[in-house]
Amino acid sequence: MPDLAQSPALASPQISLKGVVKNFGAHRVIDHLDLSIPQGQKVALIGPSGSGKSTVLRLIKGLETYQQGSIEVAGASVPARSSSWRLPGTKKAPVVHRVGMVFQQFNLFPHLTVQENITEAPFRVLKLSREEALERAHQYLGLVGLSHKADAYPAQLSGGQQQRVAIARALAMRPQVMLFDEVTSALDPELVGEVLAVIRAIAHEQQMTMLLVTHEMKFAQDIADRVLFMEAGKIVADGTPEQILVNPDNERTRRFLNLVEKR
Amino acid sequence: MFFDPTAVETARFIARQLANGALVTLQITFFAQLIVVSMSFVIALMRLSPWRVLRWIATVYVEILRGISALVLLFYLFFILPLFGISLSPMTTGVLGLGLTFSAYGSEIVRSALSNVSRGQRDALQALDFDSITAFRRIVLPQALPFMLPPMGNQLVELLKTTSLVSLITLSDLTFSGGQLITTLGQQTLIWSIVLVCYFVMAWPMSWLVKRYERRVTSWRRSVAAEGAAS
Repeated sequence: MPDLAQSPALASPQISLKGVVKNFGAHRVIDHLDLSIPQGQKVALIGPSGSGKSTVLRLIKGLETYQQGSIEVAGASVPARSSSWRLPGTKKAPVVHRVGMVFQQFNLFPHLTVQENITEAPFRVLKLSREEALERAHQYLGLVGLSHKADAYPAQLSGGQQQRVAIARALAMRPQVMLFDEVTSALDPELVGEVLAVIRAIAHEQQMTMLLVTHEMKFAQDIADRVLFMEAGKIVADGTPEQILVNPDNERTRRFLNLVEKR
Repeated sequence: MFFDPTAVETARFIARQLANGALVTLQITFFAQLIVVSMSFVIALMRLSPWRVLRWIATVYVEILRGISALVLLFYLFFILPLFGISLSPMTTGVLGLGLTFSAYGSEIVRSALSNVSRGQRDALQALDFDSITAFRRIVLPQALPFMLPPMGNQLVELLKTTSLVSLITLSDLTFSGGQLITTLGQQTLIWSIVLVCYFVMAWPMSWLVKRYERRVTSWRRSVAAEGAAS
């Protein structure tokens, strides 16, 4: 069993949240959260809806502001009030793209083909040549098994295929950290498997830190090194999949898992 | 002889007068539309910006220009500004007055079209570390254009017809030329009928051009629909 507190390679954790507080108006969604994740660790984040799981991911990616505490990813601080407004070539532009994110609703660009969806950011943001960007598109479309759909538009694909494209799009930026935000929740049950299979493959192949919000307990148990159970903006249980999912000693975790299994 | 020479002469005179008028009308429409499009985007982006001062200025701009009569604005620019030492030519006055008035409506069209692009798209753009200008140009605008083009096309035609107001500040546009012809020739029914047709003939190609452009920017949607119908 891996020692969770010790990073395998680095002294400092790759993702670190210290005393983070996030309010939506008067409602506190993240309540003094501390979290430290070493490089390469695969972490599943579970818990009832509204417990703040997705918000944790959005905070790490800098999509949300926060009121207290500090967040660091790969040695760079994520500002508490990151503005979505940024000019080309300004300081905040990433030299290295650190964090990739995949969303519940895929969020592909509907007016671009599958291939253009993937090449757009490497070409425009990372400033790769068109050839390099295309090469990456082919590589990652191959990885998610959709090379034959390169010229299709997103609306011509099934939900499962769209989500696989979204994963390829995020991977094409070669991030050090991948965040998966309930990536199978919007899919029909028969399409969930193909997306989970792709994520499983990434988890095995790459030395990448992964943080997944999921309701697929079996899946979490399979791929995660560590499982966090969140409730009311706090992490209430933190351990191996074995400790959290198989033999939960925490009463609330047990109740939640019973509910999930009954569905 | 088939034609009475004086009748031919009169017809030529009418045609020449109305053609000159129509040209002025088109000029005003063209330059006013340039102001409309650029100011619509500037004001819409200000209203959507994260800076409160910009949002406030833009809101005041829209509310004021939407709330005042275009004709009175033209009178104001033409007759009152000179009292403060600012004299604009009738042409400049017409272009500016109509451009500003219509940009207030235009900015609302642009704003609602831009707001139509979903939060999810913005999340994805941020997740891929796009800068704001690239994101706007490559992702947001292409998705918003199909929403703004039909109302913008309506507005362009509306602008063309509203240029007739400039006849009241001494510009000899199409309407003014028509009025003058009637003073010299009588023939009310004939002249106004010709003027009516002239406006239609100018407006129709505009709607057509906008429709064509709209088809071009929405081609990605049709390829999707065709596929859906086939499968």
